[in-house]
Amino acid sequence: MAERVLMKGNEAIAEAAIRAGCRHYFGYPITPQTEIAAYMAKKMPKIGGVFLQAESEIASINMVYGAAAAGMRVMTSSSSPGISLKAEGLSYIAGSDVPALVVNVQRGGPGLGGIQPSQSDYFQATKGGGHGDYRMIVLAPASVQEMASLTIKGFNLADKYLMTSMILADGTIGQMMEPITFEDAEIETYEKPWALTGTNCERPHNIVNSLYLKPDELEVKNMERYERYKLVEQNEPMWEEYMMEDAELCVVAFGIASRVAKNAVVAARNEGIKVGLIRPITLWPFPKDALLAAADKVKGFISVELNMGQMIEDVRLYTQCKKPVGLCSRCGGMIPSPEEVLESIRKAQKGEF
Amino acid sequence: MAVVFQKPKSLADIPLHYCPGCPHGIIHRLVAEVLDELGIEGKAIGVAPVGCAVMAYDYFNCDMIEAAHGRAPAVATGIKRCRPENIVFTYQGDGDLASIGMAETVHAAARNENITVIFVNNAIYGMTGGQMAPTSLPGQVTQTSPYGRDVNHCGWPIKVCEMLSTLEGPEFIARVAANNVKNVNQAKKAIKKAFQNQIEGKGFSLVEVVSACPTNWGMTPQQALKWVESDMLPYYPIGVYKDRTAAKEAAK
Repeated sequence: MAERVLMKGNEAIAEAAIRAGCRHYFGYPITPQTEIAAYMAKKMPKIGGVFLQAESEIASINMVYGAAAAGMRVMTSSSSPGISLKAEGLSYIAGSDVPALVVNVQRGGPGLGGIQPSQSDYFQATKGGGHGDYRMIVLAPASVQEMASLTIKGFNLADKYLMTSMILADGTIGQMMEPITFEDAEIETYEKPWALTGTNCERPHNIVNSLYLKPDELEVKNMERYERYKLVEQNEPMWEEYMMEDAELCVVAFGIASRVAKNAVVAARNEGIKVGLIRPITLWPFPKDALLAAADKVKGFISVELNMGQMIEDVRLYTQCKKPVGLCSRCGGMIPSPEEVLESIRKAQKGEF
Repeated sequence: MAVVFQKPKSLADIPLHYCPGCPHGIIHRLVAEVLDELGIEGKAIGVAPVGCAVMAYDYFNCDMIEAAHGRAPAVATGIKRCRPENIVFTYQGDGDLASIGMAETVHAAARNENITVIFVNNAIYGMTGGQMAPTSLPGQVTQTSPYGRDVNHCGWPIKVCEMLSTLEGPEFIARVAANNVKNVNQAKKAIKKAFQNQIEGKGFSLVEVVSACPTNWGMTPQQALKWVESDMLPYYPIGVYKDRTAAKEAAK
């Protein structure tokens, strides 16, 4: 049996990345994710890897772009304001179809915001962030165990679909400690014939590029990319359903908010309210089929988030507005208590959303 | 019949898009000749900038990547740290390297990244149609300094070689020019040294090539080359600004 170890969420990401075969990390310090960099700084030189502290988030994501183009499993990590700076690179990485893993341990915003946990980068992560038509696979861990398992999954998916996987965590999961196991991680490997390795004068030169001055060529390139995205939407949605079998109300929550929501669901059940939880694990692709199926069964939804209401738009969209959707949220680094969520459930039971 | 002159192998056999009289063609050729002569075409990975040389990825026959504006030294760092056995170079203009990418330039130099940087300074943003650059001369008329660069309003041009040579980090910093045969020959020697240094693992080597932009300067190619001599080179003197190995030898 795999050994159980007590780890911080951020450290679990770093250790999982190394186990996934990542040997190149480029980053820049920012709270509350700096433990990832610290872990990498300690470990990488001892295993023949590279940890490099860049001069900025902008430089670090561009180092990731270079390393990804060179065919390596590579990652960076940051927190909200730093991710805004990385947005340029995320767009170039998407436009050049190279794989990378980017971690966002979210804090409150906008602007410099705060350093307490938040989920207010949902829009940025799932709708773009950088310019242009592109998507990222967005994975939302709700435990330290998932910080590790989704990191490994993220690397595999990035290589499989030639795109960025983003771990959208938050300051709570990044900082808290839980016992986890590192199961023998399933490392998928993919050929990278497009990588920059030097031609060795044996093949035509490889070009990694996102510039297409001819509009018809750029259109085709984007359309091809979206064909790939379609496969991601078909094959990769992940979610957890909890007490949904007989549910008449559905709470939707991801990450740390889902942990609070789960407690509230149990409390509501004890009061006789038939409520369940759907927890999206992939925020993109969003588990739309699960939401749509639930929309035919329940009277309404409650979106529980650490922001002013962002995922709620997708809940409305993918339930096709068939049922009312209420919002229970705190923001700025505040976290709703199970009682607050329970109160929302009680109201919803009375038809108030 | 014996071939006495041909295109370097490292330069693709496709027409360049540069304007008539633009020295980019010469500078591309110098880089390609050096790759050939050092036998490193198959190991080379080039990083193209945003600017006039944006499509350099089509012109060099080695593996190439297109970087975001100013980020070429960071991209090159990522590649070189993954593939230290390869020869990694950037090819950048003045807006790219000395304005938007100054942080990436300075820090790559400070780290002594073992890469080669070819920096083409023509004192103007060419691709966007002739705006003021970080290296535009005092009084120089451009689209965004229509009354001449007023240093009291928008500051002084940046002397990249002088500035970088104050750092402990870099191995080799030199300025050359592409305005006449003698200077072009000298430029090639500096470029060759900058690649040789990387092969020998010596570290960050940057060659600034003072160049011309007849189109956006509003001059004929001949006038532009004269202006390089009369106006640019007095402000940006040719020379080796830092050569750590030579300095060590001299100190012995």
